[in-house]
Amino acid sequence: MNGSIVEILQIVILIGLAPAFAGWIKVVKCRMQGRTSPGLFRPYRDLAKLFSKDIVLAENASWIFRFTPYLVFGTVIIAGAVVPMLSTNLPLSLTADAIVLVGLFGIARFFTALAGMDIGTAFGGMGSSREMMVASLAEPAMLMAIFTVSLLCGSTSLSGIAGTVSGAGFIAKPSLAFAFFAFVLIALAENGRIPVDNPATHLELTMLHEAMILEYSGRHLALIEWAGMMKLFLFMAIGSALFFPFGIDAADNISGIPQAFVFLVVKLGAAGVVLVLIETGLAKMRLFRLTEFLGSAFLMATLGMLSFFILE
Amino acid sequence: MDLQTAAQINSFLAAFVLLTAFGMLAQKRIYSLIHLFAWQGFFLSINTAIVAYVAGKHHLYISSVLTLSLKVIALPYILHILVVKLKIRKEVETMVNIPTTMLIGIALVIFSYYLTAPVTELSRLITRSTIAVALATVMIGLLMMITRKKAVTQIIGFLAMENGLFFAATSATYGMPLVVELGVALDVLIAAFIFGIFFFHIHTTFDSLDVEQMTRLKEGD
Repeated sequence: MNGSIVEILQIVILIGLAPAFAGWIKVVKCRMQGRTSPGLFRPYRDLAKLFSKDIVLAENASWIFRFTPYLVFGTVIIAGAVVPMLSTNLPLSLTADAIVLVGLFGIARFFTALAGMDIGTAFGGMGSSREMMVASLAEPAMLMAIFTVSLLCGSTSLSGIAGTVSGAGFIAKPSLAFAFFAFVLIALAENGRIPVDNPATHLELTMLHEAMILEYSGRHLALIEWAGMMKLFLFMAIGSALFFPFGIDAADNISGIPQAFVFLVVKLGAAGVVLVLIETGLAKMRLFRLTEFLGSAFLMATLGMLSFFILE
Repeated sequence: MDLQTAAQINSFLAAFVLLTAFGMLAQKRIYSLIHLFAWQGFFLSINTAIVAYVAGKHHLYISSVLTLSLKVIALPYILHILVVKLKIRKEVETMVNIPTTMLIGIALVIFSYYLTAPVTELSRLITRSTIAVALATVMIGLLMMITRKKAVTQIIGFLAMENGLFFAATSATYGMPLVVELGVALDVLIAAFIFGIFFFHIHTTFDSLDVEQMTRLKEGD
């Protein structure tokens, strides 16, 4: 019973706080670059504005185009129910492990790519092809990183991993460090952050993710953008669950939840600052350099797995 | 520091040595390559000091200091001067493209793991698990020597290989006798000087450090 309450609470936090997290990143980034920030609540106002606008739909848009925003939003919420943010005691985490999680993101990406090509504009197709290129390199690396941590903990369930890593008697291992670095690189690629994609630009030649969703408007665009913010939030939560699961409540009671919530906010705040530091320090890579970037993520994850067998 | 912690730190440092080896394989700029080489020596030297402390072998402290002074300070400095003097500005040129080289590198790590597995079974030292990493470092150094076109990067590959050998000695037998280590250290230093002289000669003869030019070194042509 408690488990389901926590589950619902988690989804509410994910939906409610994701725009604030995106706003936080913007605020820190503006501070760091000496600009005036639009404020923490700008993303909420943006979403509200988009929801109140009408949808402009292309004549030849098929059901895929109209269906995709809802699907993307839905898959991210399901993923949010699996990731232990507040408590490891989640009823749904038994049904879906880390591999399913990667699959969920895969479905969302697949449909976004289809929707990008659905209208038939050049930008959409270009964006889809680029996104799929990045995905084909990022997903194996992501799985490899998760497998490394799973080997270490003897479980592919995120709750199980978080429980083992935060448990007493767990010592830091080299393979965990490798997996963490790989995960950081992949999180940058998956969320379209700076060395891979620039989330702030709509310049035709450089955009990846934005090119796919160029044709969306109104509440469709709002849903997709919201899902994007939630995905970023979720990746930070996955990172914290896999590598820094301190403060995540393990017991089956409600009383530990406020403390876990404070820990979550602090960890996400810190993660946001680190993300901004990475984004400010690096420049966007050329598209064809991305194979090297993601190749090194794959290499790190593989080295982590090898060092698990060799050194431990 | 008990044995468990020492083994833990040891394996972390081994992982870093392997990581720097791969970093050198992936690095395209010559200055960063030299820095990575210095870092590898640094991890190696700390690792040796820890092994010396745990095993109570005092001569390993000397090896550790030698590594620090030679491979972290002296050799990178000499290489740096060489690169400046020879005006090498270009990026590192490779025969095989870098992602493929990395994949071969991973294969080499797996190969050395299988190769050293029986040795590891026999050993009772706390550092036994790092033998595979040491061998892999040697192999990656060799790979670097094979796949690079320019002489300077080949020499860095050679020195990285020497790092791997030193690491293997430390992890397999708690280091070689002091006389041998002193001899090797001196050899490497002398080698670096000789390489330097060779570089200048190659450079003045061919106007380039590309070793492919050396196929022109035939009589009668």
